[in-house]
Amino acid sequence: MNFEKLLEGLKHPSSDVFFKYGSLVFAASVVGVIALSMVVLVRGAFPALTSFGFRFLTGVNWDAAAGFGALPYILGTLVTASIAIIIGVPISLGIAIFLAEMAPDVIKVAVSNIIELLAAVPSIIYGLWGLYVLRVWVANYVQYPLQNSFGFLPIFSGTSYGLNFLTAGLILAIMIIPTVASISREVMVSVPVSQREAAYSVGATRWEVVRMSVLSYARSGIFGAAVLGLGRAVGETMAVTMVIGGATGASALPTSLFKPGQTMATILVNQLSEAESGSLQLAALLGIGLVLFAIAFGINIVAQLLVWRVLKVQAGAVE
Amino acid sequence: MTLHLQTEEKQPLSREEILQPHRTLENSKVRTEDLDAWYGNNQVLKKLNIEVREHSVTAIIGPSGCGKSTLIRCLNRMHELVPRARTSGRVMLDGSDIYAKGIDPVTIRRRVGMVFQKPNPFPTMSVYDNVAAGLRLNGERNHSVLDRAVQQSLELAFLWDEVKGDLDKSGASLSGGQQQRLCIARALAVQPEVILMDEPCSALDPTATAKIEELIASIKGNYTVMIVTHNMQQAARVSDFTAFLYLGQLIEYGETTSLFENPVEELTERYLTGKFG
Ligand SMILES: Nc1ncnc2c1ncn2[C@@H]1O[C@H](COP(=O)(O)OP(=O)(O)OP(=O)(O)O)[C@@H](O)[C@H]1O
Ligand SMILES: [Mg+2]
Repeated sequence: MNFEKLLEGLKHPSSDVFFKYGSLVFAASVVGVIALSMVVLVRGAFPALTSFGFRFLTGVNWDAAAGFGALPYILGTLVTASIAIIIGVPISLGIAIFLAEMAPDVIKVAVSNIIELLAAVPSIIYGLWGLYVLRVWVANYVQYPLQNSFGFLPIFSGTSYGLNFLTAGLILAIMIIPTVASISREVMVSVPVSQREAAYSVGATRWEVVRMSVLSYARSGIFGAAVLGLGRAVGETMAVTMVIGGATGASALPTSLFKPGQTMATILVNQLSEAESGSLQLAALLGIGLVLFAIAFGINIVAQLLVWRVLKVQAGAVE
Repeated sequence: MTLHLQTEEKQPLSREEILQPHRTLENSKVRTEDLDAWYGNNQVLKKLNIEVREHSVTAIIGPSGCGKSTLIRCLNRMHELVPRARTSGRVMLDGSDIYAKGIDPVTIRRRVGMVFQKPNPFPTMSVYDNVAAGLRLNGERNHSVLDRAVQQSLELAFLWDEVKGDLDKSGASLSGGQQQRLCIARALAVQPEVILMDEPCSALDPTATAKIEELIASIKGNYTVMIVTHNMQQAARVSDFTAFLYLGQLIEYGETTSLFENPVEELTERYLTGKFG
């Protein structure tokens, strides 16, 4: 299709053939890129997958002699992402409820903008802040006090000075808040007025309206927002790398909040450049990449489906 | 404005009495006094005075946009939920002003229930929970009390026989007409004194409409009902009194039969004969 035809297509919206096929090509290319990266990862990881088999997922060692196992990093990702969700989602919900239901207009606009800005801060900046500020707070106000009183509990053991799973989880919690809060806010705002009025008309207070109408009507969308946040937490690399401490092998198993460790994303960034090409280590790293890819992909699909369903149901339903 | 409120036991009102704005009926349930309502700078109700008799059905008619919905939403303080909406004047419920300082709108809305144009059951709640919602807000936790109230309200709304087998089904799974009766049951469950209905049948077919008209007739002994409708036949069928609104003003108000048969104002006559609106 030449340029003039393209212009023609733009001038006459009725001839939307161009848009139809154009957008089809772009959509197809996205799928193509995803499939291609899958192929690359599988081929690269092949040596590790064949030599370790299922033990690749359950092994804890990380050296050429004992072999490569991904378990500590899979668990590391799970633990840090869980901390992020447990702390980040309630805060995000609070912000979203405040913005959607409580705040006066001026504050609403201001805070929404700040949140959008936070989403645009590069993750290396979060990482630097985590490294210089957050980890000191974690060490002084969380780690040492807890260890002084409950140090005998294994999950509070560890000698890191704030470079540990907890700090990584907290940084992730902060990083997912903008996403989760703004999507939740959007879903809440899209709850039809008629639903709120239904609650008001039976004598609900403002908070009861939020609970009865807004939260229950928007619940699957809010759940979707949380899952989207989970996706971000699972895939986040740079900031986590800077505060998680970077242990490998069995010592990287997340047995304590205050031990250094790794996530799947961080071990990739830490080791990919030094792994020799053709080595089993490189294959193992790509294998971890494959697992990460599959998990992140699955999470995002679930999240999108949930958010989409809510917005669609609301477009067509009551009101 | 013309008033002709002549019931058997009452003398016809003199012209002075009619024009005196804050006249009080013996058994008045709701009375507005110089009620103004705005959306932003748009004044929608203008010095509106209307007095609604207890245990009667009052129909509000008038062309689209004349302020019917706004009027009834002022009577349970739903109007103020719209951003930048406000009112002035007084609305007396049993003789005390619901807009007085220190009155919690929540308590007013429990006394003055509302049914909306489009059925709006809580879609994530079961039929039972929809009806029980208001009572639970009031703190009622006793199962047998709730069970009884739910059944009674559904019976009053002529819905019990259709749903008694699946009270656990989602409220959204009912038909449109059933949903509207569910919403009426939900409003009745908290035993309000006044029920406001904003075109409750406009989304329903004739059969469903007939059911709702029948239920209005059957509950009016215990409730004061105000119903907004675009359907003249419906107003004539269900109401004892009719108020005709035009451009935010009460043009004519009186017994339904006399207003329909002998409208005093020319505007009313023209509206009733379909000359405008
Ligand atoms: N939420 C709102 N925000 C701003 N203006 C409004 C709002 N709702 C109603 N209005 C305006 O107030 C006026 C009266 O509206 P209202 O809904 O009370 O009329 P109505 O008599 O109920 O009409 P209809 O028969 O079409 O339902 C209209 O001019 C409308 O534009
Ligand atoms: Mg209306």
